[in-house]
Amino acid sequence: MELRDTAEESAFRGALRAWIVATLPPELTGLGTRHESLELLREWSRALAAAGYAGLTWPKEYGGGGGKHSEEAIVLEELARADAPQHVGAIGLGMAGPTIMVHGTDEQKSQHLPRILDAREIWCQGFSEPGAGSDLASLRTRSELRGDTFLVNGQKVWSSYAHIADWCILVTLSDPDAPRYQGLTYLLVDMHSKGVEVRPLRQITGDADFNEIFFTDVEVPASNVLGAVGNGWQVAMTTLLHERATLGFALTGFLDGHVQRLLRLAAAEPQQSESWLEEIAAEWAQLQALKLTAYRSLGQLDLTGMPGPEGSVIKLAWSESNQRVTKLARQLLGPEAVLDDGFWQYQQLRSRANTIEAGTSEILRNIIAERVLNLPRSR
Amino acid sequence: MDFTFTREQREFQQQARSFLEHRFPPQVVASLADSQEGWDVDSWEAIANLGWLGVSVPESEGGAGLTFLEEAILLEEFGRCLYPGPFMSSIGLARPAIPADRLGGLAAGRSRWSVAMAAGSELVPDLAAVDAVVVERERELWVVPASAGLERSIDSTRPMGRLSEVEGAERLASGEEAAELSAQLRIRKDAALAVEAVGVAQQVLEWGIEHARTREQFGRPIGSYQAVSHPLVDSFVELELARSLSYWAAWCISAGHGQSEAAARAAYASAVEATVGTCERVIQVHGGMGFTWASPFHRYYKRALWIEYFGGSPAMHRRDLARTLMTDAGAQSPDRGRQATTAKGGSRPWA
Repeated sequence: MELRDTAEESAFRGALRAWIVATLPPELTGLGTRHESLELLREWSRALAAAGYAGLTWPKEYGGGGGKHSEEAIVLEELARADAPQHVGAIGLGMAGPTIMVHGTDEQKSQHLPRILDAREIWCQGFSEPGAGSDLASLRTRSELRGDTFLVNGQKVWSSYAHIADWCILVTLSDPDAPRYQGLTYLLVDMHSKGVEVRPLRQITGDADFNEIFFTDVEVPASNVLGAVGNGWQVAMTTLLHERATLGFALTGFLDGHVQRLLRLAAAEPQQSESWLEEIAAEWAQLQALKLTAYRSLGQLDLTGMPGPEGSVIKLAWSESNQRVTKLARQLLGPEAVLDDGFWQYQQLRSRANTIEAGTSEILRNIIAERVLNLPRSR
Repeated sequence: MDFTFTREQREFQQQARSFLEHRFPPQVVASLADSQEGWDVDSWEAIANLGWLGVSVPESEGGAGLTFLEEAILLEEFGRCLYPGPFMSSIGLARPAIPADRLGGLAAGRSRWSVAMAAGSELVPDLAAVDAVVVERERELWVVPASAGLERSIDSTRPMGRLSEVEGAERLASGEEAAELSAQLRIRKDAALAVEAVGVAQQVLEWGIEHARTREQFGRPIGSYQAVSHPLVDSFVELELARSLSYWAAWCISAGHGQSEAAARAAYASAVEATVGTCERVIQVHGGMGFTWASPFHRYYKRALWIEYFGGSPAMHRRDLARTLMTDAGAQSPDRGRQATTAKGGSRPWA
């Protein structure tokens, strides 16, 4: 056990800090997860990739850093510290990319992986549907093979980044007669194809950065199947495994930014009530606990080669923390909080999605109950 | 950055668990708790022979020359079996104040120690079982011989005594030295109680899960109902987070890290709440059985409550922690937060 940076990590952190100061455009600080200036964000992500700060957990053969989880953690910490945005291609880096590495053909790998790293391709996820949320296997979006082309028809929903995405990881129903879990096919779909329509959904924040996607007779070459036809469920599970295995540090980095802001806000308050003090300290402690648990999970990964149960634990606890932190920041402002301050107003409302997206808290509790605590299935 | 125990530390943990599971299963702890002595006096020699009293004692004094991190591993395991005896008192609480010339005696199992450190209180854990007590008086630290004045403790596996008149006291430290040592004792107390609480909660949670898996009602194991499984999951999550903070605090202390105090406060507050909550949920999961004297849960629950009352309220620890954090945040950047929140609305000339 050694919780200080090694000499190597410390040198990496120092160089990164200097690089951020020299490179970060001031317009990009304090954005949180908003995508207002897409071109700037792409450029920033490209710069991160060029400097070797993107995909540090990816294997070297795919242009990544060779599985340096601790360096990835440092990047996310330092970006949070500088109030800088993370790489815009979160879904490509954390989900599409790793899934392509496992199930993709050589052509698919060489076509997409380098472009995900440097943000030439932004990806979105086409999993949920109006009738298939937590129960993903009941999805209805159809894909029919006609010659060497799939014809795709259907609707996806809650798709973040779809309005800016170039590609989509899409789970479709290719064989409606097959038993449950066996008739699904996982496709890589060019979002610029004819028949793809993205309709942004206006959220409770007033923004529209997640979307409905409509597919009407969209032609997808059969070479864009990821894995085998009918094997889509297994491929989708790989994606979801990676979703939670790599998410920890990104989440804690994000929360770190909020907690630091909260502390500065509270320090500037002349009236510090006792109950605020308790809540602020509790949130600071919770953030440290989440970060440390992510590190513990890393150690587990190195030790056993398998991610520990910490991924689901972190997502569950993080979402509730972020909801409390952002609400607390509003409460600290007193009556001033009725005004839209341009930051906390948005973050507090946005945080309501945290317990819904990437696995609802109810589903995560089921997962932990069944797979970690080995309790009997609830259904 | 490496947040795992070494192979040696994991083996040490395993060794402690098997010894304690074998020698102190719940029925043995129950009969000791109700006995005259209150603990298994002979176990002290066995523990000394295993080297567990000299973990952080220098090798020249017959110890292993290791750190608080290894002691924390033991404290967690001792908590897990609810060991009745002055291990927490001697190793968790008093250890930094024990004079160098007495460390050999400690390691050899010849002396047992406790503290009267709770502010304004003369209550001493395990008073009847120890030889000497570290006492803070008017900003000085003293060692006094233990004199029994037994009180009824809520936790019968951890008897309490009230220190009566002090005779034969020796001064340990005064002035700055006393202030420093006293701070060290407080930080260590928070961290030691936190790791002990983690051990307590871990055992209780395992029982709760086992019961939810095997107990059937309406033809199904009760753990298949989310109303039963989700509270157990919440306890698991809280415990894992508290565990991370507790190991962090233990590491900070062993490495002499500047964040020791903040880490220990954070760990203590989280671990106490997670542990009390876990005991309460697991009693609930067991239904009527959970409320019986014959079940082991009440002793674990009482230990959890003992920790909370002896260690101080989590709220108080958090207030102290917040003041430090806010001073740091204020010093870093006095009103950046304020500016950010008013940037959009422009200046407020009346403010």
